[in-house]
Amino acid sequence: MKQLANNKKKQQQEAPAELTPLLVAGASLILFASILVSLLFGPVSIRPDQIFLEILDRLPGISIDSGLSTIQEAIVWDVRLPRIILGLIVGGLLAVAGASYQGVFRNPLADPYLLGVAAGAGLGATIAIVSGATNGEGMFDALPIAAFLGSAVAVAITLAVGGAVGRSTSTASLLLAGVAVASLFTAIQTYIQQRESATLRQVYSWILGRLSTSGWDEVIMILPYAAISLIVMFSMKGALDVLAVGEEEALSLGIRPRRVRWIVIGAASLAAASAVAVSGLIAFVGIIVPHAVRLVVGASNRLVVPLSFFIGASFLILTDLLARTLQSPAELPIGVVTAFFGAPFFLFVLRRRSDGII
Amino acid sequence: MASYEPLNIHGLEVELGGKKVVNNVSLSVNSGDWLSIIGPNGSGKSSLLRAIAGIIPALGTVHFQGTDLMQTEPRVRAQIVSIVPQIPVVPPRVRVIDYILLGRTPYLGRGFQPTQEDISLGLSVMKDLDLHDMADRFVTEMSGGERQRVIIARSLVQQPNLLLLDEPTTALDMGHQQEVLELVDQQRKRLGLTVLSAFHDLTLASQYGTSMALLVNGEVTKSGLPHEILTETTLKDIYGANVSVHNDGDRISIVPKRGTRLKGNSNSNDIG
Repeated sequence: MKQLANNKKKQQQEAPAELTPLLVAGASLILFASILVSLLFGPVSIRPDQIFLEILDRLPGISIDSGLSTIQEAIVWDVRLPRIILGLIVGGLLAVAGASYQGVFRNPLADPYLLGVAAGAGLGATIAIVSGATNGEGMFDALPIAAFLGSAVAVAITLAVGGAVGRSTSTASLLLAGVAVASLFTAIQTYIQQRESATLRQVYSWILGRLSTSGWDEVIMILPYAAISLIVMFSMKGALDVLAVGEEEALSLGIRPRRVRWIVIGAASLAAASAVAVSGLIAFVGIIVPHAVRLVVGASNRLVVPLSFFIGASFLILTDLLARTLQSPAELPIGVVTAFFGAPFFLFVLRRRSDGII
Repeated sequence: MASYEPLNIHGLEVELGGKKVVNNVSLSVNSGDWLSIIGPNGSGKSSLLRAIAGIIPALGTVHFQGTDLMQTEPRVRAQIVSIVPQIPVVPPRVRVIDYILLGRTPYLGRGFQPTQEDISLGLSVMKDLDLHDMADRFVTEMSGGERQRVIIARSLVQQPNLLLLDEPTTALDMGHQQEVLELVDQQRKRLGLTVLSAFHDLTLASQYGTSMALLVNGEVTKSGLPHEILTETTLKDIYGANVSVHNDGDRISIVPKRGTRLKGNSNSNDIG
C-alpha cells in the first residue's frame, strides 16, 4: 500500500523545489481577488456592482458609465485604494521579513519584531506622541519617522552587542541581546507613557496597529524602503536553504554564512521597521503567513519567501477589510483582527509542530 | 579527470579555545588513494578534517592539484573538496531531492536554482546509491542507513576531487557500515577520488584505507600501511586497549581481550 502511494507520489514530483509560473499565477490571483473584494466593500455603502463597473471603466480601452458620484469615485480611488496598497506593502513586508528571520535563525518561532524592532518603534512613537511632535497628518508627520528611528536604534544596539559576542556559530547571543534590548526599551516607553497618562489612549491605539492613510503619502513614504528590503530578501532566499544545514556545512558548500546572515537580518529589520513606522505593531502576520505557506508548499525558502509576500499582502488586505467594516463606522485596530485569527492558527501550528510536522 | 599530483598537507595547526588540537601535521596522500586517520577520542581527527575542508580556521598549507586550499575562497574550494560531517544537520521537512541538490550550491548562479543538468546529475547519483525512488521523502523520516547514503549522495553531487569523511559509520550497524564504505570505495575507484576518512573502528579503517595515519594529541605519530601501524603494542600504548591483532594476508582484524585490564586506563572500549 505504502509502496503504491510512494510510486504515485514519485511520478508527481521528482523535481526540486522551484517557484513555477503556476505557483506565481495562483498567488497573484489570490492577491488580486483580495484587492478586488476590498475595493468593493467598505464602511461607506456604495453599491459593489457600480464599483465594479467603475473599475472596468478605468481599464484601458473600456468606457462605461458606472453611475458613481464624484465623491463616491474619490472614496474608491483616493481612500480605499491607497489603504489597500498600504496593506499590501505592509503585509508583504512583515510576512517576507518573518520568513527570512525564521530561515536565518533556523527557528520557526522567529518573528520580524524579534531583535527589538517593536520595542524600539514603540519608544520612538511614544516620544513623538508625548512631545506633541505628531500632527497625525501628511508626509512629514513625526510619528512614523520617530518609530522608524526608534526601531533602527534598537536593532543597531542588538546587533552591536549580540554580534560582538556572537563570534561563535550560534545565533543565541543575538536573540538574547534582542530580548534584553526589547525589555530596556519597553521599560523606558512604559515609564514615559505612565508619566504622560493623557496621551495613553493615543499610544495604545498606535501599539495595536492601524492602516490609516491620508491619500498616498504613506505609500510613497514606505515604497523605497520596501523595494530595497524586498529585493535583498528575495535575492537571498536560495542562500537561506543552504544555511538550513547550519553554518559549518553551509561554508563547506561554498557560501559565506556570516555574510548571508548579516545581509538577511539587515534587510528583514529594515522591512519590519518600515512596516511598523506606517502601521504600528501588527501582530502575527510575520509568523502565521510563512507557516501557512510552508504547510502548503514545503520548507524550501525558494518558495516560502516569495510566496509569503503574496499571501501576507492578501491576508492583511482582507483583515483590514474586516477591521474597517465589522463595527462600522467605528474601526477595530487591525492588530486585534490579525491576532484574533492569528493566535488560534499559531496554536494549531504549535500542535502540529509537536507532531514533527514543522 | 583527476590529476596525479598528491595531496600535500604541511604544518597544519588548529587552535580551539586556546588549545592546540592539531599540531604541526604534515601528510602526503597519493591522488586516488584512501587515507584512514585513526586515533583515540580527542586526538584531533575531526579538527584535522574540518580544517582541510575550510570549516574551521587553521594555519599551514594544504596543496591539492595545484592549489593551496587554505588560500582558496569557499565557493571554489567547495568545488574541489566535500565533507561528510560526523553529525550532519538535517533540517526538518526538506525532501531528499532538495537536500541532495544542496551539493550543487558551489556551481549555481545567484538564485541557487538547480538547472536541468544539476537535476540529472542528482538523480543519477541517487540511482548509484540506490536512492532512486526516495526523491520525495523527507530526510528526517529516513532510517540511519538511508540517511547516511543521502548525505554521501549530497557530497558526491558536489563533484569533489577530495572527499573527507568524518567517522562516516558511527551511527550505523555492521551491515550498513560495510554498505556505506563499499559504496564510497566504489565511487573512489570509479571517479578517481582521493578520500580522507577519520575512523573509530580500527578494523574497518584497515580494510578500506590504502594507507593510514595515527593521530595522538593532535600530532601524527605514525603513518604508513595499516599493518605497520596496527600492532598490539601500539594499541596498548595509544588506546590503552588490550587486544590481539590477527593479520591473515591483506586483512587485519582486531579482537578485544578481557581479563587483564591495564592500569589507569578506562577507555578500552574505543575498539569497535
